[in-house]
Amino acid sequence: MIDFIQTIVSGIAAGSSYALMGLAMVLIYKTSEVPNFAQGELALAASFFAYMIMESFGLSFFLALPCALSFAFLLGCFLEFLVLRRAKTPNILSMIVITIGLEMILLGLVSWKFGADQKTMPFPISPYDSMAIGNIFISTLELVTVFVVLAIMAALYLLLRFSKMGLAMKATQQNTMAARLMGIRANRVLNLTWGLSSVVGAIAGLLIAPTLMHPYMMWDPLLKGFAAAVMGGMTSLPGAVSGAFLLGIIENIFGTYISIEFKAVVAFAIIVIILCIKPSGLFARHYVKKV
Amino acid sequence: MLNIKNIETYYDLICAVRGVSLRVEAKSITAILGNNGAGKSTLLKTIMGLIEDQPDKGTIEFCGEAIDRKDTEEIVRRGISFVPEGREVFEELTVRENLLAGAFIRKNRNRIDGDINTVYTYFPILGKRRNQWAGTLSGGEQQMLAIGRALMSRPKLMLLDEPSLGLSPVLVKEIFSIIKTIHADGVTIILVEQNAKMALSLADTGYIMENGRFVLAGTSAELMDDENVQEFYLGVRSDTSSKGYQRWKRKKVWR
Repeated sequence: MIDFIQTIVSGIAAGSSYALMGLAMVLIYKTSEVPNFAQGELALAASFFAYMIMESFGLSFFLALPCALSFAFLLGCFLEFLVLRRAKTPNILSMIVITIGLEMILLGLVSWKFGADQKTMPFPISPYDSMAIGNIFISTLELVTVFVVLAIMAALYLLLRFSKMGLAMKATQQNTMAARLMGIRANRVLNLTWGLSSVVGAIAGLLIAPTLMHPYMMWDPLLKGFAAAVMGGMTSLPGAVSGAFLLGIIENIFGTYISIEFKAVVAFAIIVIILCIKPSGLFARHYVKKV
Repeated sequence: MLNIKNIETYYDLICAVRGVSLRVEAKSITAILGNNGAGKSTLLKTIMGLIEDQPDKGTIEFCGEAIDRKDTEEIVRRGISFVPEGREVFEELTVRENLLAGAFIRKNRNRIDGDINTVYTYFPILGKRRNQWAGTLSGGEQQMLAIGRALMSRPKLMLLDEPSLGLSPVLVKEIFSIIKTIHADGVTIILVEQNAKMALSLADTGYIMENGRFVLAGTSAELMDDENVQEFYLGVRSDTSSKGYQRWKRKKVWR
């Protein structure tokens, strides 16, 4: 029994970094209906930026953190403004291809600047520390990650539900033309969303970096995060988070009791099954247009 | 208030509005009538800056300031609001959120809440459905919501693109009486309509549009009396042959 609970707890811990990436993707998807595949590499760039300023300028982590987050925000805004807005007669497919292109460019830049070898990120919490709650063990870093995820989810939810900015974001996603007719500066809303989601992604990157830091570190969290977001219906923040936790748990149970080799594949098998049974995702509350 | 001079609007190579001039006085109701494809909606969209890089030629002035080729967001802030054809409400926002979105450019929360209540008194059904998603409303309710939402920015000038589209006669009457109330509250109105009878009964001045041009203008009374308007827009047939049916097609004289 203890084994089983331990597996679940580790699953939630693993799921929390997927959850952050999922949240970031849902945010952009909510305003522009584009799944942003450059999300992982935006986070990668921000993490390596933090690493760089800590290593080269000797900044402490708590100084580097706000720097890295502002860097992530600016990078997100900048890419949206410089690349995505330039697309003439944009459709969803071409936007997706653009984000994939951006992803490769960022990945190339990071690999070129820092090399492909494993780095160690100076971080106030050692990834090897762990805490025991009864007989269950969880690493301190993972516990922090779980709480960060929940806090960010709550903050984003409040933002979207109650703030004017949130209303503008939802209006822009649902009907850009009508939103502009309300005086909502749709371009600016989109720009801010990119910045914001890049920050959320960067937090994920910074929390992953202490255990794993090389140019390909964000691939797995990105794909799993995307899968989790799809599972949650792509527009729901709690959906993305619970999807991610669920994914982490199932993955871990599968790895422990069935086959460790196929652990990575199981996530995608689940996606396929869920999309077959309930194509709008588990938690989506999407209004289907009557014709 | 609104002064349009010789505007031309192109969709790529197709010229949809071919040199239209229009002067709208403050506190008036102007009706623009015409068949499908005459360019009425394009004219309104051009005023709102919704067609990129258009008008190709000509100027639009609102309250003495040029607004042609400005951003839609900017034009809305100067006090023009637009009820688009086909309602275009935010389907996955509640009725209340839709109205709040309509007041996006305003700051004062108390006044906004007051105006939301005003909209609910205009359209009591919206008050009942305030926490329902707009997408779940019926067509008529959505049209009411679209009008209410356009009111929320406290516009000086309101453009309505076919508010009667797809509504039952009773609802059309209701919508038009609300438009009258809105006008009585001091909002200038430009109304694009297919329903010529209703529109002319409401408006002070009317314009008939065909192939991207105004072909006839006048006060509503003048237009109602015009032979061509009666025959082609109001459906009044003035002369029948002695055998009780008409054997020729009358030509419009303005061509």
